[in-house]
Amino acid sequence: MEVKELSLPARRKDVGWLRAGDLLFLTGEVVTARDRAHLRMADLLSRGKELPVDLRDGALYHCGPAVRREGKEWRVLSAGPTTSSRVDPLLPRLLPRLGVRAVIGKGGVGEETKRVMKRMGCVYLAFPGGCGALAARAVKEVRGVHWLDLGQPEAMWVLEVRGLGPLVVAVDPSGRDLYEEVRRRMGA
Amino acid sequence: MGGSGQRELEEACLELLRRASTGLPSDVKAGLRRALRSERDPVGRVNLRAILENVEVAEERKVPLCQDTGIPLFYFWMDPSGLNPVRAAARAVRRATQEGLLRPNTVHPLSRRNPGDNLGKELPAVKVLPPRGEGVELAVMLKGAGSENVSRLGMLTPAEGERGLVDFVVGTVREAGGRPCPPVIVGVGVGGTASLSMELAQLSLLRPLPEKHREAPFRRLERELEERINRLGLGPMGLGGRTTCLGVKVEYAHTHTASLPVAVNLLCWAARRFRARLRGGELEWR
Ligand code: SF4
Repeated sequence: MEVKELSLPARRKDVGWLRAGDLLFLTGEVVTARDRAHLRMADLLSRGKELPVDLRDGALYHCGPAVRREGKEWRVLSAGPTTSSRVDPLLPRLLPRLGVRAVIGKGGVGEETKRVMKRMGCVYLAFPGGCGALAARAVKEVRGVHWLDLGQPEAMWVLEVRGLGPLVVAVDPSGRDLYEEVRRRMGA
Repeated sequence: MGGSGQRELEEACLELLRRASTGLPSDVKAGLRRALRSERDPVGRVNLRAILENVEVAEERKVPLCQDTGIPLFYFWMDPSGLNPVRAAARAVRRATQEGLLRPNTVHPLSRRNPGDNLGKELPAVKVLPPRGEGVELAVMLKGAGSENVSRLGMLTPAEGERGLVDFVVGTVREAGGRPCPPVIVGVGVGGTASLSMELAQLSLLRPLPEKHREAPFRRLERELEERINRLGLGPMGLGGRTTCLGVKVEYAHTHTASLPVAVNLLCWAARRFRARLRGGELEWR
């Protein structure tokens, strides 16, 4: 198992050296989204509308952080991943439009999403589920928040992170999928 | 019972919520450390180490261990003594939400509108049970959606028997994969009716990890389930390893001669459950 680091924004060639099973620490800007933000993104894009954030070469984080308002600032208290499979049906169309380089979440994604990710050179990074305090420690700044009308967890949080990890490269650029390998070994 | 008893009850609920949001009970921490000692898979070890570090960070910073602070479930073992446990729990939930210790999670099931205070119709979930010992005993469990969403009920036939039961429980854990954030604690309710078995599965999760079932056949069943689940190879977070569960807890009820209900309720590694006794205004942790 190799320990690697990655900065965002990242081009296709910047993630080419990542292999399934590697350990990764991530620095740069990540944008959170859960179920409702995905639906809204898909809806806006299908109507030719703009999104409030530019995710090109960036990371989409399946996460609904626990936050606290401290004066004018937001403080992220806990920000672990949420299950990616709930939004999986939307991803094959959404990811190419967003142009993201990495999806961070837990549990992995389905076959069609993986095919699309492979084509566009996008990797899937698993953050240890439930480790919200650890993730929050890596958040250096809340750059912005959009769509708070969806409720605090469902809003889109733009976070500057330093050394976010440990992330396990679960789906690498060649399409190798650790979750799939575990499932196959279990005969499921 | 006057207002002071009610206030003490509310403060006790709030104190349990604070602990549960930001920390783990000692039996679960010990279980996780034991798991790390026996885990051989390198990715499994990374995940277990991250979990243990996360617990330390949360306790030190007094922030939620996991951002999904779940839906709080309350249990009271008390006399219906003029105290109002539902009101105490509701006020404590609202205050813990304001303190940032509970993420506002609850929404209307259809409109998905979020009231922002973790309350709503039928919430908080409160169960009042007959008193045990002196004073009021109370417990809180924060139940995240990742593990709750993979709960399962099987209305097995009596002919499927114990074999069918074991396969059903192991299959539920296997199919849940990484979604409930393994290593999990597996709660199993056997018998009763559909709803009673679900309730028993949830109640079983309150039992501390080292505490085995009181009756030998169920002790054996718990051990067999644990062994089979940990032979799956699913591992921490479903990314491989030998630690898939920290323990299995079974509770049962007699059932109809034509039925064999089996309910599975998983608790993620972030097994935020705390229990205390409120006696003479003092809170004793258990
Ligand atoms: S399953 Fe548990 S540990 Fe995982 S995200 Fe949900 S509440 Fe947190």
